[in-house]
Amino acid sequence: MSRPFVKKSLAELPPSGIRKFFDLASAMDGVISLGVGEPDFDTPWHIREAGVYSLEKGFTNYTTNCGLEELRREICLYLGQKFGLDYDYSSEILVTVGASEAIDLALRAVLETGEEVIIPEPSFVAYKPCTIMAGGSCRTVPTREEDHFKLSPAALEEAITPRSKVLLLSYPNNPTGAVMTKAELLQLARLVQQHDLLVIADEIYSELTYAEPHVSFAALPGMKERTVLINGFSKAFAMTGWRIGYAAAPAELIAAMTKIHQYTIMCAPIMGQMAAIEALKNGAAQMEMMREQYNGRRSLIVNGLRQIGLPCFEPGGAFYVFPSIKATGLSSQQFCEMLLKEEKVAVVPGDAFGHCGEGHIRCSYASSVEQISTALERMDRFMQRLARRSRKKTATVFKP
Amino acid sequence: MTVEELQIKILKALEQNHRITAKTLATMFGVTEEEILQTISAMEEAKVILGYVTLIDWEKTGHNNHVTAIIDVQVTPQRDVGFDTIAERISRFPEVKGVYLVSGGYDLSITVEGTTLKQVAFFVSEKLATLENVKSTVTHFVLKKYKQDGIIFNDGKKDHRLVVSP
Ligand SMILES: Cc1ncc(COP(=O)(O)O)c(C=O)c1O
Repeated sequence: MSRPFVKKSLAELPPSGIRKFFDLASAMDGVISLGVGEPDFDTPWHIREAGVYSLEKGFTNYTTNCGLEELRREICLYLGQKFGLDYDYSSEILVTVGASEAIDLALRAVLETGEEVIIPEPSFVAYKPCTIMAGGSCRTVPTREEDHFKLSPAALEEAITPRSKVLLLSYPNNPTGAVMTKAELLQLARLVQQHDLLVIADEIYSELTYAEPHVSFAALPGMKERTVLINGFSKAFAMTGWRIGYAAAPAELIAAMTKIHQYTIMCAPIMGQMAAIEALKNGAAQMEMMREQYNGRRSLIVNGLRQIGLPCFEPGGAFYVFPSIKATGLSSQQFCEMLLKEEKVAVVPGDAFGHCGEGHIRCSYASSVEQISTALERMDRFMQRLARRSRKKTATVFKP
Repeated sequence: MTVEELQIKILKALEQNHRITAKTLATMFGVTEEEILQTISAMEEAKVILGYVTLIDWEKTGHNNHVTAIIDVQVTPQRDVGFDTIAERISRFPEVKGVYLVSGGYDLSITVEGTTLKQVAFFVSEKLATLENVKSTVTHFVLKKYKQDGIIFNDGKKDHRLVVSP
């Protein structure tokens, strides 16, 4: 027998709660999935064209570690126009392999062993494992439906300890669709300043807001110096497979992140970078179109879920709703498994995004109106059946 | 939501898929099904909604006896009415599927459909070219359709996404 080759800390890291569900759903035919965390649109054609053209012209080489200069310039322009941010393309921007890499780099660049990262939950599945793999320790903060899943200053204050170093903020939020207003963010900013925290702001869904435009955390007074802003092309431009994201931060932090990036990744793929330039230069109209489509589907799914007895607060961003299933008496896992087996609708159990997600499910509306309508019909049938079953049970219990 | 806002929302949805149900639209916009049906009826009466067409790839059926031609027509505009009278006259022919006044080297662009090449050619030479004020015609027969009304023929589009992802 050989000794275990995989290191203990990694062997102990739990697999993603989504994985199990993926295996279940993939093994079935005829499933309508509201479990997908990526746009249903293909990348707009002009962007794909730019990628193809770059290949034809022979752009098949490495780029500088931090990414093509033109792309970094475009990113700075975009961040300026959108959020009023002022970054220097030559020292404050790093182009990464998706926002995913940027999250990993930021955590690895700043955490000493045992330093704490405050993670409001429910949250994107990568934050905790990345923190642990970077040697940090996670301090999760539950957010509540009553607060529309926003992080309250009180909850943040309570979570802060002398070992806290990083606050990981992600609004618009996956999986809840929650957004935070400027006034609310300012309250957090005050605490961040007071406790000398660094903020990693994952703003990957910043383009997908439906009521008010997104406010970038880095744009708040005094916050640019203590924020690693993370964004990318996956959601806004339907470019998930191209794997292009970026970090914007003070030069010292970008230099540190670039050190890891240059030895582990070298650079993000060049055709993706070329396509990303086209997205920033000419992608606004198509993005608007996609946002408008998401917005229509959002009302369809929110109203539809409410009608069939699954209350949910109205999400202000991203493409997720996070309805409560507590009234059914089932756990999130049970609900999702039964729904999948009985009606072939895949949604993701809320506890995959943290304990406080229990009692909820994540439904993605990155699906066509027809698919969402059919899914709602199936879910309606499912809910009615659940109600009948529980009535029967009660009836038996109370039989004289 | 004002009536106009609701109208625009409904129109945008119908433009993409006119078979979307009133129930779905009602859920989408948070109004009753009756409101949706009434709004649509009103727009039909006002001729804002002119009709609902179905795009068919006849090539895929055993009944492919469709011939389409795009015809450039030069006409002499008439005093007071310009191109309208002649354009409206041409529009009346059932063989004519589309009539547009265009800028450039000719005046009207029209599409004509028939069952055979001969039939379309006959229509052009006997009916169209002989109209008073029609100066010339150039006929382009359609050899293959790639895209019409925003829809790609033989798109082969599939959802390649994983069924569940973070
Ligand atoms: C909150 C959040 N951050 C980051 C990512 C990863 O994005 P990318 O494709 O840019 O790596 C996702 C993708 O699901 C996400 O939901």
